[in-house]
Amino acid sequence: MDKNIDITQHVLVPKHTKLSQEEAEKILSNLNIISSQLPKILKTDAAIKHLNIEPGEIIEIERDSPTAGKTKFYRVVING
Amino acid sequence: MENIHKKVGSISFSLLSPQQIKKTAHVKVVTPELYDKEGYPVEGGLMDTRLGVIDPGLRCRTCAGKLKECPGHFGYIELGRPVLHISYVKAILIFLQTTCGECGRLLIEEEEIIKNKARIDKLIETGKDELIPKINKLIRTSAKATKKCPHCKAKITPIKFEKPSTFFEDTTRVTPIEILERFEKISDSDCMLIGVNPQFARPEWMVLTIFPIPPVTMRPSITLESGERAEDDLTHKLSDIVRINQRLFENINAGAPEIIVEDLWDLLQYHVTTFFNNEVAQVPPARHRSGQPLKTITERIKSKEGRFRHNLAGKRVNYAARTVISPDPKLELNEVGVPYAIAMELTVPERVTEWNLEWLKTFIKNGPKVYPGANYVLDGSKKKKISAETQEVILEELIPGHIVERHLMDGDVSIFNRQPSLHRMSIMCHKLKILPGKSFRLNPAVCNPYNADFDGDEMNLHIPQTEEARAEAEILMEVETQIMSPKHGLNIIGCIEDAVTGNYLLTDDNMVLSKEDAITLLLSIGVIDTEKLKKFKKNVTGKEVFSALLPDDLDFIYDKVIIENGQLKTGQIDPKTIGEGNGTLLRDIHRSYSETKCVDLFGKIFKLGIAFLMMRGFTITTSDADIPEDVRDKSKEITSNAIKSVNEIIDDYNSGRLKNFSGKTIEETLELMVMKKLNETRNSIGKMISKSVSLTNNAIIMSRAGKGNITNLAQTSVLVGQQALRGKRIERGYKNRTLSLFKEHDKSPESRGFVRHCYKNGLNPVEFFFHAMTGRDSLMDTALRTPKSGYLYRRLANALQDLKVEYDGTVRDASKTIVQFSYGEDKIDVSRSENGTIDVKKIIDEVTKKK
Repeated sequence: MDKNIDITQHVLVPKHTKLSQEEAEKILSNLNIISSQLPKILKTDAAIKHLNIEPGEIIEIERDSPTAGKTKFYRVVING
Repeated sequence: MENIHKKVGSISFSLLSPQQIKKTAHVKVVTPELYDKEGYPVEGGLMDTRLGVIDPGLRCRTCAGKLKECPGHFGYIELGRPVLHISYVKAILIFLQTTCGECGRLLIEEEEIIKNKARIDKLIETGKDELIPKINKLIRTSAKATKKCPHCKAKITPIKFEKPSTFFEDTTRVTPIEILERFEKISDSDCMLIGVNPQFARPEWMVLTIFPIPPVTMRPSITLESGERAEDDLTHKLSDIVRINQRLFENINAGAPEIIVEDLWDLLQYHVTTFFNNEVAQVPPARHRSGQPLKTITERIKSKEGRFRHNLAGKRVNYAARTVISPDPKLELNEVGVPYAIAMELTVPERVTEWNLEWLKTFIKNGPKVYPGANYVLDGSKKKKISAETQEVILEELIPGHIVERHLMDGDVSIFNRQPSLHRMSIMCHKLKILPGKSFRLNPAVCNPYNADFDGDEMNLHIPQTEEARAEAEILMEVETQIMSPKHGLNIIGCIEDAVTGNYLLTDDNMVLSKEDAITLLLSIGVIDTEKLKKFKKNVTGKEVFSALLPDDLDFIYDKVIIENGQLKTGQIDPKTIGEGNGTLLRDIHRSYSETKCVDLFGKIFKLGIAFLMMRGFTITTSDADIPEDVRDKSKEITSNAIKSVNEIIDDYNSGRLKNFSGKTIEETLELMVMKKLNETRNSIGKMISKSVSLTNNAIIMSRAGKGNITNLAQTSVLVGQQALRGKRIERGYKNRTLSLFKEHDKSPESRGFVRHCYKNGLNPVEFFFHAMTGRDSLMDTALRTPKSGYLYRRLANALQDLKVEYDGTVRDASKTIVQFSYGEDKIDVSRSENGTIDVKKIIDEVTKKK
């Protein structure tokens, strides 16, 4: 396999973005949760490797949804 | 989550040391006797009152607690000779094999010991504890292979284990005493390397020298009706142990020959073994005098009848009944027919007030044996059974505030359930209807949510006992509230069988009834709106009869069915409008009116269908399978053409002209093309039949409204078609052919299970054989797959059972961890939607139109 393939360009890989501190806090306070109650994502996950991310940060994933068109999903980065 | 005072952080299991057994014990048991002549527990016996009490009135001599206050206390006995604990023989074997009998050291080189210790310490430091067992295992295997002790240079003789609990070193037996001596020599750090933490479990603790006696509270005796006492199985076993132990002591002290002592020792080992586990391989189970095996400690815990699955995970309730179910279309949808026998056994508690006093007295007067009667009266503290003797006293003493447990009556609230309870519609609230007979009766339309049929199915009935429970059942679980399925937003309860066929025939364009018939029909199903009936002329169309049920302001359009102002203008009612799982008319009524209205209307439509079909009559005859001559000729032509073209494809294949589809081999391509061709045949014939055969054909009627489809007719009257085995044409049988009468590699339709005859005219032997093959296969398939998929579904449902939609629209589990950020990603409650979507425009139109 070619190691230079950019998997973020693949149709099946949804868009992952890093949230800023303020955005992350807003999400958590809206949901009234602490970050450990979010779904998790490994720091080493191929889709977020290039984002230069630290554990504890929150990733926003924009996915296609058969029911809602586009939908947003949040994951907290953890160490494997 | 408030009110959590303590949270379990971790649980650790460990062995009891002899010191600890002695420390926990309050009694030293010295005699196997249980009671003295007066029937009092013997002091120092197995029922000593210091071990706890099981008789009301007595007090525990350890904690002074009464029955139910005293939790029970342990005792102990000193064993004459040590015995092995049967559950640890495997671990004992490992220790014997990995350590030296002379010096007690672990059988690996000193440097290896140091190296491994360092590795384990490092793993603990870095928190990777889960890797330690792997190192332990490596150490054990290398220690087992050692022939000479690296520490004291002694020769190691391999240890042989003989089931159930004897060890040999070569041919000499290693007695538990020797095992004990060996284990005492093993150092703590060596234990760690073998994989046992000596803080919690020293190896010598696996050999019992002190035996704990469990409290009497966990082995209570039962007093039989005859006044005799029956002891618990554990007590029996314990008295065996104590008795043999005493004899062992006596013999040792008297200096009896070693053979006798050893015999008794083995017997003690046997009793201790069966005390812990009475199902050990190669140990004959200890039995009662009647011959049934004793239930000792292990049997109490494990398997289906054990403590976990039976007592802790099992739930049992009172006020419940179970019997066979049978159909009764005359019942309302939300009713359930209950036999008198059950109605007189189960009760509803009714609080006496000054307004219902006289009414409740009639029940007490009837007593428990006359139908609407009562079984018990609760006067605050006591529960009194009503009988001929007590009746008068109870009647006199009855005052407001008492509670009368009266028999079930029509209209009482109940909860009805059929297992497996896979979705919420498996438990619904029904109103009772007391009927003669011995089975539960239910409206056949509710079979679908329960997934019930009447081939011997049984169902459970529960009677809620409090006002809260009844209110909750009525509001949340009533059949009305469950009509719309949460899986697709359509009705899960709909018209079936006769009800669909009846309505279909009734709303036929050519159906005309006399005024008398129409009125009889409507009155028989409970339509008492005489205003509508008065409008009927001499001849009434079926559509007018149907419309008499509908509300006046109903507008509905679906396909050809058009309803304006509650009048069915055109179209015929069929499963698409009132059927199960796709009744659009029912859905519209449910949305525009109310649940009650919908159920009421549905009940009437259902009954109208049945009543009409009963009046008209419905059957099927052989002539229904006759189809016009020209259609038959044409079908035959289509079939022969298809076979001809298939043969051409096969010729192409044989001569190598056939080109394969991409990603498929030539053989696969051939099969695909042939299958496609042959399947087309049956479909096109089916279409042709449905076009040409008259609509009065009973088979056609059933294919449109009822249980049946056009393929059934096509297969009976024209052609059965290709028989498929696991998605392919038939290819099993002999070498390269299906039956011995075909040539090898024959790929023609007839040799691969194509049935060109019809059921009516009969199949030829070859076709019959292929047909039987697929029939048998599908039978096997359903029989094998149902339990598998059922278990799969159960596991899935159990894994997801604590997921819940919170008020903010998120889906979370029990720890409030988010699973989905908005339910279904669109926050739509499917049971209130149309095919999973909400048509905002339609709603606005409806609202604005009303104003």
